[in-house]
Amino acid sequence: MENKAKFNLYSIPYFLWVVFFVVAPIVLVLYYSLFDIDGNFSLVNYKNFFTPVYLMMTLNSFWYALLITFFSLLFAYPTAYLLTKTKHKQLWLLLIIVPSWINLLLKAYAFLGIFGTYGAANKFLEAIGIGSKQILFTDFSFIFVSVYIFIPFMILPIFNALNKLNPSFMDAANDLGASTWTTFRRVIFPLTLDGVKSGCQVVFIPALSLFMLTRLISGNRVITLGTAIEQHFLVIQDWGMGSTIAVFLIIFMFLIMALTGARKRGV
Amino acid sequence: MKKKLSPVSSLFLVLIFFILYAPIFFLIFYSFNSGGTMFNFESFTLDWYRELFGDTRLLIIVLNTLVIALLSALISTIIGVIGALFIHSVRKRQTKNTFLSLNSVLIVSPDVIIGASFLILFTMAGIKLGFYSVLLAHIAFSVPIVVLMVLPKLMEMSPTYIDAARDLGASNMGVLTKVILPYITPGIFAGFFMALTYSLDDFAVTFFVTGNGFSTLSVEIYSLARRGVSLNINALSSLLFLFTVILVIGYYFITKRSTKSGGMGVRK
Amino acid sequence: MKQLVRVFLTIILVSIVLLFITNRLNQSQGLSGGNTLTVYNWGDYIDTDLIDQFEKETGIKVIYETFDSNEAMMTKIEQGGTTYDVAVPSEYMIDKMIKEDLLIQLDHSKLTNLENIDERFLDLPFDPDNVYSIPYFWGTVGIVYNPEMLNGMEITSWNDLWDPKLKNEILLIDGAREVIGMGLNSLHYSLNDTNPLHLQEAKAKLDLLTPNIKAIVGDENKLLLANKEAAIGITWSGDASEIMSENEDLDYVVPSEGSNLWFDNMVIPKTAKNIDGAHAFINFMLDAKVSAQNTEYVSYSTPNKAALEFLPEEVVKDERFYPSPELTDKLEVYENLGKRNLATYNELFLEFKMHRK
Repeated sequence: MENKAKFNLYSIPYFLWVVFFVVAPIVLVLYYSLFDIDGNFSLVNYKNFFTPVYLMMTLNSFWYALLITFFSLLFAYPTAYLLTKTKHKQLWLLLIIVPSWINLLLKAYAFLGIFGTYGAANKFLEAIGIGSKQILFTDFSFIFVSVYIFIPFMILPIFNALNKLNPSFMDAANDLGASTWTTFRRVIFPLTLDGVKSGCQVVFIPALSLFMLTRLISGNRVITLGTAIEQHFLVIQDWGMGSTIAVFLIIFMFLIMALTGARKRGV
Repeated sequence: MKKKLSPVSSLFLVLIFFILYAPIFFLIFYSFNSGGTMFNFESFTLDWYRELFGDTRLLIIVLNTLVIALLSALISTIIGVIGALFIHSVRKRQTKNTFLSLNSVLIVSPDVIIGASFLILFTMAGIKLGFYSVLLAHIAFSVPIVVLMVLPKLMEMSPTYIDAARDLGASNMGVLTKVILPYITPGIFAGFFMALTYSLDDFAVTFFVTGNGFSTLSVEIYSLARRGVSLNINALSSLLFLFTVILVIGYYFITKRSTKSGGMGVRK
Repeated sequence: MKQLVRVFLTIILVSIVLLFITNRLNQSQGLSGGNTLTVYNWGDYIDTDLIDQFEKETGIKVIYETFDSNEAMMTKIEQGGTTYDVAVPSEYMIDKMIKEDLLIQLDHSKLTNLENIDERFLDLPFDPDNVYSIPYFWGTVGIVYNPEMLNGMEITSWNDLWDPKLKNEILLIDGAREVIGMGLNSLHYSLNDTNPLHLQEAKAKLDLLTPNIKAIVGDENKLLLANKEAAIGITWSGDASEIMSENEDLDYVVPSEGSNLWFDNMVIPKTAKNIDGAHAFINFMLDAKVSAQNTEYVSYSTPNKAALEFLPEEVVKDERFYPSPELTDKLEVYENLGKRNLATYNELFLEFKMHRK
């Protein structure tokens, strides 16, 4: 018990952060959400949220965030797994992160060029006989680029979880006659679950409020809650409605955390 | 452990790396375009690079960006590690989940909201907008990602480990520095690098909280969008990219030589 | 642990070195001195040689800061905490900033070059008598199109866009006023119409356009149109001239039903510290030769009548970007409709975006 008090003393910077940069903004956002567009106190924003337009957007946001998380995991897991088996694994891991340090807008412009009607991707499709397709402004390009941006966040925690696995575990399982698939399902995957969970959280949560890519890559064909907030804040300066949507985003996030959060681990 | 990768596996990795770097090579390629746009390659030129040197304003902006990124990543890593240790030490499930959720509020909030509310907070607190306000903001929004990167490492560490150390007479400080921190080092580095990414990528928050002549590369690039991003930004990004890659590789091999367990902390 | 400490120390060391260099650079630029002027403008919206010239002539050091949207800029000025001596908002934002008391009245006696400005761009409804703002650049909203991709089909009006032959060929601009305004104009209503029935009618008409729309994009439309991603784009004339300088096949037209006339004006915000310097800067930018040089760099339409003489004839005579007074009289300037009406526009625009084919 005495060590608990000690930890609390160390934790002061973190508490300060929580109070000033989490609780204070939440209070601010809650406060703003209670004012209608003319600056009168009202709950009209909350009523507005339950109209088909916003409910549709909520659904959209969840659906795309889910897809993005799923595909990120699908590609990140094998990548992380194979990386742990390479010779200079730490170096390769760093090189996975480096592209994310180049400005996002520039990378998005590059994708506009690559996926364009006369871009490299279509040239390739023509060369292999499939023929030119519209790639830009489709769900495919939107999810592709989103996964591109989020995948390092998924690879890192999974890599860290896999990397500490003791190879003797797998050998033991193999010796006991387990197939590779069984070894993976019964031994490896359960041991990396914390990493996977952490990866899914850092992809899914920000993906809920994506906004810039919805315009740049999908040409506003995908409208999410992030787009709506952006418009309310920056186009009509209706901070009330913008904040209300943010309140709902935060509530959704709390629900997700409660569902996926620490369950069996009380340690 | 170091079995050869099968050809299929190698191909998969090559493909992943190819896709990750394709847009960057695209940007680099067009930084040599005399045509001035990111399509229709006309002829090779180094003009855009020449234009960069002598542009002191841009150089100051680049340096600002780097300092902010490094310092904010460093400080948010420290706070984030403390936060992760704290959340991990909480025994009650509900309290733990509450803190985890509070931790992620800044990740789920769109940048405009974070930016606007930080701006209001900073002006209320009387903080002069500029270097410090931007640094504070970057630290603030990078903390949660560090926590989320460190936590899984803490969770997989078995409590018997710590008990054993304590049985051997280690103090609390000793347990922390000799047992816990070395164990979670990979998570700490992961958090640090992701914090760097957050800081370098951020536009909206920085835009709102900056002022008095202080600017970062992202703000500069986004504000160029209305008039079209000039290729000297491509040239600048190419140089920064090259510099980073050299730095990363150099750093890796230096640490590799000086310590057996180099890089991002393999601990074996 | 040792490794962690070493890395952390390295980072601190590097940061200190970088900070030191930045400091020296700032000093060498004279930016840390007393006599400075902060100009808040869109990115790349001025010829930087002119800033150097201004600094040499007056001894004032210019700090050039940039923004990427009117609304974000206004938020920054409203909240304070930072100094901006001169800003360049668009006209509807100026109206709003005047109402919110964010601007300082200009001293016209210090703006001796004001006579250079064409009278038809002065004394406009958003700022009567130019008490608060002086025109910087102006333009129209219209249609950029690629005749070659349309097999010679000619576009002259908004209603031409509804032609079924144009399936998947149009790039709209991501602006509520622009898009809803286009719907209103195509029905021969005013751009500033607030009648809910008219607005609904416009939205219904726009919904019919969806099969022809390829995407609703922002500033990247320049890249996409010049790269022949679509044959038609709705955009501002300034962007249009930019696109056309990159791809000469393209043409620009101001639709016959009418359209929007816009301005970017120079103002002095309430946050200003160097008010004399700000007047000097505005007056400097109004100089005929300076304005001409700036116009050649930015390639938008200048309101500076005196500057036209210093510009190439083919630029000044181009009716597409310097339309005659008869045409500009037909165009409408956006009025500030108030938050409520703007919210209606925005709501309709969101619904329109959600509308699927």
